[in-house]
Amino acid sequence: MHVYLDNNATTMVDPSVVQAMIPFFSDIYGNPNSLHRYGTASHPAITKAINQMYKGINASDKDDIIFTSCATESNNWVLKSVWIDKIVNGDKNHIVTSEIEHPSVLSTCRFLEEQGVKVTYLPVNDQGIVEAHTLRSFITEKTALVSIMWANNETGMIFPIKEIGEICKEKGVLFHTDGVQAVGKIPVDMQDVHVDFMSMSAHKFHGPKGIGALYIRNSEALTPLLHGGEHMGGRRSGTLNVPYIVGMGKAIELATENIEEKMASIRAKRDRLEDALLGQLEDVFTVGNRENRTPNTILISIRGVEGEGMLWDLNNALIGASTGSACASEDLEANTVMLAIGADNELAHTGIRLSLSRFTTDTEIDYVIESFTKAVLRLRAISSSYAKVQPTPGGEAGECNIHH
Amino acid sequence: MAKNDLLGGSLWDQYSNKVTTLMNNPNNQGEITQEECDAAGHKLIVADFGAESCGDAVRLYWEVDPATDTIVKSKFKSFGCGTAIASSDMMAELCIGKTVQQAVKITNIDVEKSLRDDPETPAVPPQKMHCSVMAYDVIKKAAGLYLGVDESSFEDEIIVCECARVSLGTLREVIKLNDLKTIEQITDYTKAGGFCKSCIKPGGHEAREYYLVDILADVRREMDEDKMRSAADAGAHGDFTAMTLVQKIKAIDSVIDESIRQFLIMDGGNMEVIDIKDSPDYIDVYIRYLGACNGCASSSTGTLYAIEATLKEKLSSKIRVLPI
Repeated sequence: MHVYLDNNATTMVDPSVVQAMIPFFSDIYGNPNSLHRYGTASHPAITKAINQMYKGINASDKDDIIFTSCATESNNWVLKSVWIDKIVNGDKNHIVTSEIEHPSVLSTCRFLEEQGVKVTYLPVNDQGIVEAHTLRSFITEKTALVSIMWANNETGMIFPIKEIGEICKEKGVLFHTDGVQAVGKIPVDMQDVHVDFMSMSAHKFHGPKGIGALYIRNSEALTPLLHGGEHMGGRRSGTLNVPYIVGMGKAIELATENIEEKMASIRAKRDRLEDALLGQLEDVFTVGNRENRTPNTILISIRGVEGEGMLWDLNNALIGASTGSACASEDLEANTVMLAIGADNELAHTGIRLSLSRFTTDTEIDYVIESFTKAVLRLRAISSSYAKVQPTPGGEAGECNIHH
Repeated sequence: MAKNDLLGGSLWDQYSNKVTTLMNNPNNQGEITQEECDAAGHKLIVADFGAESCGDAVRLYWEVDPATDTIVKSKFKSFGCGTAIASSDMMAELCIGKTVQQAVKITNIDVEKSLRDDPETPAVPPQKMHCSVMAYDVIKKAAGLYLGVDESSFEDEIIVCECARVSLGTLREVIKLNDLKTIEQITDYTKAGGFCKSCIKPGGHEAREYYLVDILADVRREMDEDKMRSAADAGAHGDFTAMTLVQKIKAIDSVIDESIRQFLIMDGGNMEVIDIKDSPDYIDVYIRYLGACNGCASSSTGTLYAIEATLKEKLSSKIRVLPI
């Protein structure tokens, strides 16, 4: 049985999304900016997609939602253009973010540091979230922007966006949130929170890859990242990617309608999987309180089993999962999110992320419980951590000397 | 970065079939007990290397026949990824039947080569080379325990790059001989730093005692100091062309003080050396006349020839004196 449990990395495009997109490749292919009938033929579908987007996140008509190529572009756009507008051409010099943001935020912040911007990386607590009150003391009169994710990709932990937004509003600082892991997974209501910018990505909620969006509250000024032909009201140039815009609109509609019901269904499967693994296996730990986690995510640490080794065995069992840790990535580092939340260094190399979707079935969950347990037993049988015979005196290993 | 690097991430596809097979079914996985060894009159050696907190740990077991120092049985346990398990398995395999003294000679390259499907294709991608290095290290540790010596005594010289096994001595020599100036050049010449990259600078996968950046800086500094020393020697021996700029200025000034300035001062003038420019054919000395010399007719004829002739005679025939 093939089981895909890596839905925080990307998702299957919902077949009905594909159906909605198809007419806009070879039938209605005109450039929407053209004056002729072939150009304008796509306008009703684009308008519909825009409406679906506004409804999906309950944006006000005064707000902008600009389609981009991906959430990485959206994140780059906000950080770099706030830098241009408020730091290069203004009197600010400071950005606040967290230490466990997505690389498209962290790497951009590091780039901005090289350009002379001061960046504060807020720590997270043992639940892996930024506590809103810690933000308050770091905002100064020089702060141009606060950028904190809505939900974390590794742990699924949901950040206190409403409280953080209130603090930013009170201090008069722009607030950006990377909403990639939240939109489509949990209710996101832009009229209930004070957020100036929010990045989104279609392929995280069963839309196509290569399309994202940036929500801009009250049409706030922001220098474009891409200059060109004045598309999207001059905010983001580049010929409108009509089929993908249609696809993203359809996908957000499908993901957000009756979201409570969908969440409950995914969560029931997730909780059953989590309970089974915690119940059947000794020395396993999950990260973060379930009540405050996206309903599809489990980050589980398995003592004595290295993450990439575990992925290997799961892959042999035709199960796709992920690990942010150890050998899996080229830089061979421990899972930075797990280190940030204060997990032991040992456990930071043993994290496996299982992320479900609304297409995950109960049969698949049964199969994963069985295969996961089998893999843990096999690898623990090989593991030096579970060996019985102790080293000859003097043969013990030295301390780990990796720079974490 | 080029066409073939555009799509990264196919890490597992780069593993040899042997690595894959041994990861799935390691042959030498397991433990050897004290009781087994006692029954056969053999000695049990158990050595650990690495740590879970590093992401890799291996435990090596040897059953050694003390009469011949032969490793009759070898097993391992590993906390690690696929290549760590496969490398440990191959390492244990290579130990079997060898004497402890022979086993010490097994290197990580031997382990990696034994894991290849064909001799020309690496068994693992570069960033996985460190897994075979662990296998090498744990053997040395086990041998040290058995022979009652420190494991470092097996190392003839200091190894800076464990992956490519490049020693400190080799690196220093290659940098000097080839006048290497960058880390990339060092990697091109020696392969050091081309694999796991830990040895390039602090902050990599593994902390090292020596880093390529420091070695390069040290050797370059020594090379500069050597150059200075030979220049100083040249100064002492009056070899004007080999002198540094400062030495040249000093030498010229002292000749001028000794043989020229007094005559200029007698006529109410003076001069100063402004700059010196070296070219393959000439050493151009730029001077400026002061006081009465400034504008004196002879300053561009007789006096100038006299200054140039004196400097040529005392220092170098390549000297040209150019008043500005």
